[in-house]
Amino acid sequence: MIRIVDKLKKGLERSRRELGEFFDAALGRGILDENAATELEEALIQADTGPQTAEELVEDMRVWMKNAGGGVIAETLREALGLRISRILRSAEVPANSNQIPKITLIVGVNGTGKTTTAAKLAARFSADGEKIILGAADTFRAAAVEQLKIWGERLNIPVIAQAEGADPAAVAFDTVQAAINRDCDRAIIDTAGRLHNKTNLMAELEKVVRVIKKLREEVEILLVLDAAVGQNGLVQVKCFAESLPLSGLVVTKLDGTAKAGIIVRAVAELKKPVLYVGVGEGIDDLIPFDAEAFAKNLIS
Amino acid sequence: MFEALTERLNRAFRDLSGYGKITPENIEPALREIKLALLEADVHFKVVKEFLSLVRERSNGKEVLDSITPAQQFVKIVHDELTKVLGGESAVAEAASNTAGIYFLCGLQGSGKTTAAAKLAHLFGNAALAALDLQRPAAVEQLKVLAERIGAKFIPPQFPNDARRSAAHIRDIFPSLECKHLIVDTAGRLQIDDELMNELKDVHEIINPSETVMVLDAMTGQEAVKVAEAFRARIGLNSIFLSKTDGDSKGGAALSIRFITGIPIKWIGTGETPQAVEQFHPDRFAGRILGMGDVVSLVEKAAKATDLKQAEKAAKSLMKGKFNFELFLDQMREMKKIGPLSELISMLPGGSTLPIDAIPSEKEVSRFEAIILSMTKEERRNPELINVSRRDRIAKGSGSKPDDVHRLLKQFRQAKEMMSVFSGGKKISKKIGRMFGM
Repeated sequence: MIRIVDKLKKGLERSRRELGEFFDAALGRGILDENAATELEEALIQADTGPQTAEELVEDMRVWMKNAGGGVIAETLREALGLRISRILRSAEVPANSNQIPKITLIVGVNGTGKTTTAAKLAARFSADGEKIILGAADTFRAAAVEQLKIWGERLNIPVIAQAEGADPAAVAFDTVQAAINRDCDRAIIDTAGRLHNKTNLMAELEKVVRVIKKLREEVEILLVLDAAVGQNGLVQVKCFAESLPLSGLVVTKLDGTAKAGIIVRAVAELKKPVLYVGVGEGIDDLIPFDAEAFAKNLIS
Repeated sequence: MFEALTERLNRAFRDLSGYGKITPENIEPALREIKLALLEADVHFKVVKEFLSLVRERSNGKEVLDSITPAQQFVKIVHDELTKVLGGESAVAEAASNTAGIYFLCGLQGSGKTTAAAKLAHLFGNAALAALDLQRPAAVEQLKVLAERIGAKFIPPQFPNDARRSAAHIRDIFPSLECKHLIVDTAGRLQIDDELMNELKDVHEIINPSETVMVLDAMTGQEAVKVAEAFRARIGLNSIFLSKTDGDSKGGAALSIRFITGIPIKWIGTGETPQAVEQFHPDRFAGRILGMGDVVSLVEKAAKATDLKQAEKAAKSLMKGKFNFELFLDQMREMKKIGPLSELISMLPGGSTLPIDAIPSEKEVSRFEAIILSMTKEERRNPELINVSRRDRIAKGSGSKPDDVHRLLKQFRQAKEMMSVFSGGKKISKKIGRMFGM
């Protein structure tokens, strides 16, 4: 657990000072007058929580202050805010672990969020746990995407099931699951092409991938990958993907940058999809299980 | 999910009795709505603050014209100011100035640099593409494939582990290729990664480009300004390429960068293929941020594909509030020529808020066509005539199920409703009128 917090901290440290100062200014006096409330709201907005969540959180803090009575110091106010955010982040139910063998994990998301890297990192992670893994390269659209996953497969010594570029992604997914069954794998991880959630035909293609997988195995873990730098559109992404597919949860990548991914707070609150993993660095082991406290703490420190 | 600004403002001004002036009192709720809309569009909060004071200043005591509601007048002011902030007229000229030279692309991971490189090469023509992304597996291969697709020359990195030496090779070999433009793709990197930023500075010096372009994902949030400032501090930036604008994000980050740093946005990526690239237009983009729809782009697209006479007929009937299956059929056929319906609808004012099932898929359009062709002329002109027995006959005639006919009728009613929405406001109906060349 310590390692997770440290990693997150390390990733977020660089951006801490500026935003941290902002929060300090807002919370430092230990009172939440109009000025402090505005500053706090702006600090939250700067962390991409969006205006609505920022307002709600400030209001929550007002109520909390009232109940707490006088004599509140900045640190307790900060703690209360962190607690409130982490409670929201934990409010979505994490799906139960499946007993199905092989487990199937499908990676989806808009373009450029880091799906292929996430697929590789997940494969490395489970492989290190002793699982026998197979990767499926169902991004048959982007030039050289198959090649990219194959290179990861070679590096990790994990087989990659692939067809030619332009092949039907559902067919690749089917082949991957079939291969996982035939080769007694514990898990198949399938990468898909990035697609903007407002493109109906591409979303339908993804629905087909899931249908086809379900012909072989009933349970499919579907992970939506979000870029930490995403703004308010992150909410729309979760909503649209969740409408098309039974999402299991979210992966937030690139948290080692300066972006705080505050929109995740609203996405979890409104759409009840849990964050399962976060990406905090370039290293193959830098994809770690989500820790709501660490995420919240870093959002406001 | 997020309300369009026009709806927000209509609500803010709803309590305003009659048409009157925008006053210091009634402007505040409206400004608050604008603030929310801009923040939800990812405009930087500092920019929002300054922008609001600009609008407040311009709107104070402004007479509202008789013909329009305060909400619309206000939207116009906001739209004008946004357009100005985005660079106004000069931005169009900036975007058009693709002089011969060396373009150097940089940006965060996954912002779309490699795809943008191919798009620029396609847009400019007679360009060479050079790969300097030695980080991401198969990034070089990706650029090579794209270069082949658009028929551009390709320069691979000569030293797969050394970006600096590879850059020098690119610089040295480019003149011998006799291309007008060179476009250099680099690895994505975080602006706080010192090692990679130093490398970027070095290769930038070696390439010595005439234009340094940062590729920015249109979905980026509040951090965008910080990122742009960091890249500018290291290597200097001349322009922004805004990628993935075919999504439904508002792209407020681009506005923030322009406002704070003054770096112009020159191009936007509008799809996944190398051909999907357009020059940046501030007025259209202002409309996008406000959720007003990209009417002008739609007009341009429509103008390319539409049979003007037919469109005129349709538009005239629409204005009169007449909408029947003959028009619906014409429209569907025209729409097929222009492009995917969902893309078009999203460009219409209010279109982004429409439920997706109101938009027929391409396949459905073909089925609908068959059904409509099985109707009598009378039925096409007066859809109200269609009762159960007529419906069953039409289904049989078109080889479809009664359910399909039922769905078409439903879609038709929705489309009719949509049309009345779009042609509701005077201003918008004028726009639709213009769109159909009237």
